Amino acid sequence: MDPKDLRYAPSHEWSRLEGDVCTIGITKFACEQLTDVVYIELPDVGDHVFTGDSFGEIESVKAVSDLYSPVNGEVVAINKDLEEDPGIVAKDPYGKGWMVKIKVEPGSSLDKLMTLPQYEKQIASQDH
Amino acid sequence: MHKNQSTELLFDLSRAGRRCHRLPASDVPAAPLKDLLPASALADAPPPLPEVGEIDLIRHYVNLSTRNMSIDTNFYPLGSCTMKYNPKRHERLSSLPGMADMHPLQSDESCQGMLALLFEMQNILGEIAGLDAVSLQPAAGAQGELTALLVAAAYFRDRGEKRTRVLIPDSAHGTNPASAAIAGFDAVSIKSTAKGLVDLEDLKSRLDARTAVFMITNPNTLGLFDDQIATITELIHQHGALVYLDGANMNAILGITRPGDFGVDMMHYNVHKTFTGPHGAGGPGSGPIAVRKQLAPFLPAPLVTRQGERYELDYDRPQSIGRVRSFFGNVGILVRGYCYIRTLGAAGLREVSENAVLNANYLLSRVKHVYEVPQGDRCMHEFVASARTLRRERKISAMDVAKRLLDYGYHAPTVYFPLVVPEAIMIEPTETESKETLDAFADTLLRIRDEDAGYLHDAPHTLTISRPDEVKAAKEPILRWKP
Repeated sequence: MDPKDLRYAPSHEWSRLEGDVCTIGITKFACEQLTDVVYIELPDVGDHVFTGDSFGEIESVKAVSDLYSPVNGEVVAINKDLEEDPGIVAKDPYGKGWMVKIKVEPGSSLDKLMTLPQYEKQIASQDH
Repeated sequence: MHKNQSTELLFDLSRAGRRCHRLPASDVPAAPLKDLLPASALADAPPPLPEVGEIDLIRHYVNLSTRNMSIDTNFYPLGSCTMKYNPKRHERLSSLPGMADMHPLQSDESCQGMLALLFEMQNILGEIAGLDAVSLQPAAGAQGELTALLVAAAYFRDRGEKRTRVLIPDSAHGTNPASAAIAGFDAVSIKSTAKGLVDLEDLKSRLDARTAVFMITNPNTLGLFDDQIATITELIHQHGALVYLDGANMNAILGITRPGDFGVDMMHYNVHKTFTGPHGAGGPGSGPIAVRKQLAPFLPAPLVTRQGERYELDYDRPQSIGRVRSFFGNVGILVRGYCYIRTLGAAGLREVSENAVLNANYLLSRVKHVYEVPQGDRCMHEFVASARTLRRERKISAMDVAKRLLDYGYHAPTVYFPLVVPEAIMIEPTETESKETLDAFADTLLRIRDEDAGYLHDAPHTLTISRPDEVKAAKEPILRWKP
C-alpha cells in the first residue's frame, strides 16, 4: 500500500478504509523505534475493538507496547503470518506486515486521523 | 590472560564418579527408601547431578566470577538503581554471630537485641518518611509496592468504598502498573508534560470516585523533582484517594524533604539501594513500607512493638492483610541498612543526598553538549540523556554507546528507559564516586561519540561475549541443559 493513501494515529498505527473494512498496521517509523520485534499478540477474529483501546501488543527487545485501535468494530481477519515471523512487520510495514482487519459501522470515517504530511510533521517534531 | 579454564557448564565438566568430598560411612542404620516415602513420590532413577572434583568446581566459579562487573570493581552508573559503594563494615557487622547465627523461630525473649534493632529501624524509616507506621516485611521494592496497594485495598474495603483504579504517570517504573494489576486494580496511565512532570490537566481529567491510589515517583525517573507535588497530593485527597510514593529515588531527598510532609500517604524504601546492601544481579533486597496512621491497622503482621523494656512480635492485628514474606523479611539487609543509617546519622544522610545530586549535576554539565538532555540542564540524583542526535547524524544508538562503555571498564547506564525519552541513557553516579572517576567517565562518553560507527555497532570488543542475539534469546530461549 502507498503510505500516501493511509491515515495515521498519534500512537503510530496506520489505517486504510476500503468499504466497511479497515486495515490496521504500524508505521515504518514505529518499527525503527521498536528495533527488533520479538512477539506480536493480536485479538481473535470476532472480538470487538473500540477507538483508543488496546487491541494487541507488540514486544521488541526494548519494550512491550500496546497497539491502539483507531476505530470501533469487529475483527474480521488477523495476519496469522506474524505469529510465526513478527519480523515481517519491519520488513514490509505497509504491505505484508498488516495486523488486523476491522469491520466498522456503516458511515464510519477516518477523518479524525492524520494524513501523511501531518504525520510526518509529528514525527519530525519528536524525531527520535 | 584468558581465564577460561573449567568455565563450561558443570554438566559438561561432569565425569562419572568424580567427587569433591568422600563422606565416611553412616553409622546410623539406613532404611530402604521405599519404606520411607510412598511410591508416588519416588523417581525411577536419581537425578543426573554433575560429578566434578573440587579443583574444577573452584576454577569454574572463580573464573566465571572474574568476568563479573560489580561496584567493587567498576564504576556502575546504572540509572534508577543507585549502585553506591557498600562499605565493608556493614558486611562485617551483619555477619557477627549474634546477627548471622540467629534462628527465625527463636523466642522473643532470646532475641531482644535483634527485636530492639528492628523496632528502631521501623521508627527511623517512619521518621525519614514523615509517616506513622512501618512494616519491614516486604522483600524488595516491587513487593513493597504490592503490599502497600493491598493495604490500600483493605482500607477502602473497610470503609465500604469501591475504588478500582490506580493512576500512574507514563514515566513510572514498569513495576507500578504490574503491582496495581496484581493487587486487583486497573492501572490508568497519566501523561507527562514536555518538561517531564505530571500533566495536571490529564490527571484531573482521569481523577474520579473510582480512583483508589495515585502512584508517583518523586524525584521521577527523569531525575526531576515534581514541584507540583503539593497541588497533586491535595487534588488526590480531595477525591478521597491515597497517594503512594515509589521510593526508588529516595537517595535524592534524604533529610531534605519528607514524603509525608508533601502529602504522601504510603511509600516503600529500597533499603539495599538508598542505604546499603550488595545489590544488583537479583538481590537480596529489602522493601519496607511506611504509611499514615489510618492505614496502620492493615499492615502485614507481625510488627515489632515495645511493652515497657521488652520487645515483642505483635501478631494481634485483626485487620492486617496478613504476611507477605516468611518470618521477618530480609533481616540481613535490614541490619546493614540500620548500620548505615546509624553510622551517618541525620546530618550524614542529608549529605548523602546533597552529594548524590551534586555528582549527577556535575556529570550532566560535562556531557550535555554531546548527549542532549531533553528535560533540562538541572537534575536531582540522576539524569536521562539522549543519543537521538547521534543516532540521526551518525547512526550511533544508545545501545552502541552502552555496549562500548563495557570495553572501557564501565558498567553500562540504563538504556531505553524511561520510555518517554528517545534513545534514553539514564545515568546515576551516586554520592560515593570521586570527581576523578566522574571526569574519566565523562571523557570516555565524549570519546565514544567520535569513534567509528561500524566499530561501535560491533562493541564490546574485549569481552568473552559480545552481542548476544536478543531476538533469538527471547523467542527460542534454552532454559534447560540437555545432554
